[in-house]
Amino acid sequence: MAAPPRQRLEIIALTAPAYLWLTATVFLPLMAMAYFSFLTTVPVGGRIASFTLAHYVSFFTKPIYWFNAWRSIELGIYVTAISLLVGYPAALALSRYVRGRWREAIFLLIILPFWSNALVRTFSWTMVLREPLNLLFTYPAIVIGLVHAYLPYAILTIYISLQAIDESLIEASRSLGATALQTFFRVILPLSMPGVLAAIFLIFVPVIGSFMEPRILGGKDAIMLGPIIEGQFTAAFNWPLGAALSFMMLAIVLLMLAIAAPLLKRQLGSS
Amino acid sequence: MPLLTVSRRLFMSLAASAAALAAFRPAAAAEGELKVLNWQGYGTDEKWALDIFEKKTGLKVVHDYFNSEQEMLTKLRTSPGTYDVVLMNNIYVMDAVNEGLVQPIDTGKITNFNDLTPALRDSDRFVKDGKHWAISWVWGLTSFAYNTKKVAERPDSIEVLWDKTHAGKVGWRDDALESIQLAALATGQDMNNPADLDKIKSKLEALKPQIRTFWSSEDEWNKYMAAGDYDLAVYWSGSAARSKKAMKLPVEFVVPKEGAIGWFDGLTIAAKAPNPEGAAKFIDFMVSPEFYVRWDTDVGAPASANAKANGELPADAMNRTILGDPEVVKRVQWMAPLSDEQRQKNQELWDEVKTKLAQ
Repeated sequence: MAAPPRQRLEIIALTAPAYLWLTATVFLPLMAMAYFSFLTTVPVGGRIASFTLAHYVSFFTKPIYWFNAWRSIELGIYVTAISLLVGYPAALALSRYVRGRWREAIFLLIILPFWSNALVRTFSWTMVLREPLNLLFTYPAIVIGLVHAYLPYAILTIYISLQAIDESLIEASRSLGATALQTFFRVILPLSMPGVLAAIFLIFVPVIGSFMEPRILGGKDAIMLGPIIEGQFTAAFNWPLGAALSFMMLAIVLLMLAIAAPLLKRQLGSS
Repeated sequence: MPLLTVSRRLFMSLAASAAALAAFRPAAAAEGELKVLNWQGYGTDEKWALDIFEKKTGLKVVHDYFNSEQEMLTKLRTSPGTYDVVLMNNIYVMDAVNEGLVQPIDTGKITNFNDLTPALRDSDRFVKDGKHWAISWVWGLTSFAYNTKKVAERPDSIEVLWDKTHAGKVGWRDDALESIQLAALATGQDMNNPADLDKIKSKLEALKPQIRTFWSSEDEWNKYMAAGDYDLAVYWSGSAARSKKAMKLPVEFVVPKEGAIGWFDGLTIAAKAPNPEGAAKFIDFMVSPEFYVRWDTDVGAPASANAKANGELPADAMNRTILGDPEVVKRVQWMAPLSDEQRQKNQELWDEVKTKLAQ
C-alpha cells in the first residue's frame, strides 16, 4: 500500500488544507468542550473551577437527562425509518424508471429544500400544519418537519447505490427465473445497502441533536436532550453540564455505530 | 476537596483559541460609531430615534442582539472592546461589575440624571462604592395579557391561566425563572425565595392541558396571538403595549390580584468600550423625555425611570393608568439577583416540569 515518496507528498499537499481546517474548526472547539465537561463551573469572573465527574454522573442518576436522551433517540428512529420508507421507493423509481430530462427535473425538486433556509422552511410548515391538518404543536408535526428536511439525504444516497448496480446482474436474475419481487429482495436490496446505511447515519445523527424544529413545531412535545443542552448554555450558565450531556449523546451515537459495524461489514463484504 | 484548580490562563487560552475560530468576528468599531447590545426591538434600535441621535452627535449607532441574559454576559466576556452600551436587567448588573465587564458612569454627563426616580436610580443593584454602574432606564411587569375578542371579561386573577375554559389556549414563555416566579405568585409565595418548591412544581405541571405552545420572543408571541393560538399568554407590560399599538392586536395586559413580577432595566457602558463618551451621550438620550414619550406613544414601551418623561405621556397611556397606580405597584414583587446554583436548580426543576408536560 505504501505510496512512492513523490506521490506521498502530493497526498499530503492535497489533503493538508482539509485536515487543517477540520482540526481548527471541529477538533479544537470539541477539545475545549471536552475539557469544560469535567469542570465544576466555567472559570470566568473569579469563579474557581475544579475537576469533577459530577456532570457525567448526573446523566445516569437524574431521570430527566437519560429519559430525554431516549426521547431524542426515539425521534431519530421515527424520522430515519420514515425517511427510508419514503425515500427508497422514490430512489428506486428514479434510478430505474425515470430517464433524461424528467430525471433532472425531479432531482431539482428533491434538492430544492436545501436551497431554502431551514428556519424559513420550518416556519412554512407551521402554516400548513395549522390548517387544514391541525397537527401544529404536536409530536407528529416534529416528525413531519424533520422528515421533510432529511428525506433528500435518503433519496440521494440510495439513488447513488442503485445507480451503481450492474444492469446485467438484474437481467441474469430475471433470466434465471426469479420474479420481480425475488430479484428486488435478493439482488437489488442487498446491493443498495451501502446507500441505505449511509442514509441512516446521515439522518439519525443530526436528528437526535435537533432542537430548532422540535421547538417551533412541537409545542409542549419539544423537550428532548437537544433543547435541554441548549438551555444549559443559554439560560442556566452551566456550560460544563451542557458539554457533558453533549458528549454523552456522542457516546451513544458511537456505541450504536460500534454495534452496527459488524452488520455493516457483513453487508459490504457480501456485496 | 478539589483535586486541582483550573488556572485562569488555561481557560483563557482555550477560550481565545475558540474565539479565534469564530472567523467572522465583528471588526473593530469604526470612527464615529457606537455599538449597542440589547434585545431586538427594545427601544434602542428604533430607526427614527437613531436618526435624531445621529443628527445631534454625528454618531452612527450599530446594534448587536442577544436572546437571553446569559448570551449577553457571554458576549461581554468573550468580546471585550466590542460594545459601548449594553442593556442589563438590574439583577445582572452586580454580577457584571464583579466580573469587571462594565465601567462606572460619570453621572455628570447624564443631563437627565436628576429627573430619574431615586428609588430606581440609586438602587443598590446599580450603585456600588458610591459609583453608578448602570443608569436606570425603564421598568415594567411580567404577568399576562388576554385577547379581548376571546375573553369577554377582564380577568382579575392569575388562576385564569389554569381555567379549564381556556384549555389548550394558553401561551407560556419557555423560561425557568419566570415560570417558577409566576407559580410562586399563584401559590401565594415569596417569588424570590419560595418555601414550597413541590407546590410550585405541581402547579406548573397542572398547566399540561392548558398550554398551546411556548413562545420565546416578542415576535413569536405576536404571531401566535394573531393566529388565534392563544386566549391568554404570559407577557411583559412593555411588549403588551407594543403588541397593542404597533401590531394592532386586540390585547390587554393584566396585573392580577395575586401580584406580578417587577423588573427594572439599566443601561451600562462596557468595561473596554471603544467610545465611552458617545455611550454616555446615547444613554442620556435614551432616558430623555424627548425619546421616551415618542417611543411609548408611537410604538409602546415599559414605564420610564424618568419621572418627568412618564408625566408627559397622554393621560390614558397604560404606563400611567396601570403602572402609575400605587395600588398596582403595591402588589408587585421585585425580581432579586440569583446565584449560579439557584439558576441551575431552577433550570432543572423547569426541565423536569417540561418533561412531564410532554408525556
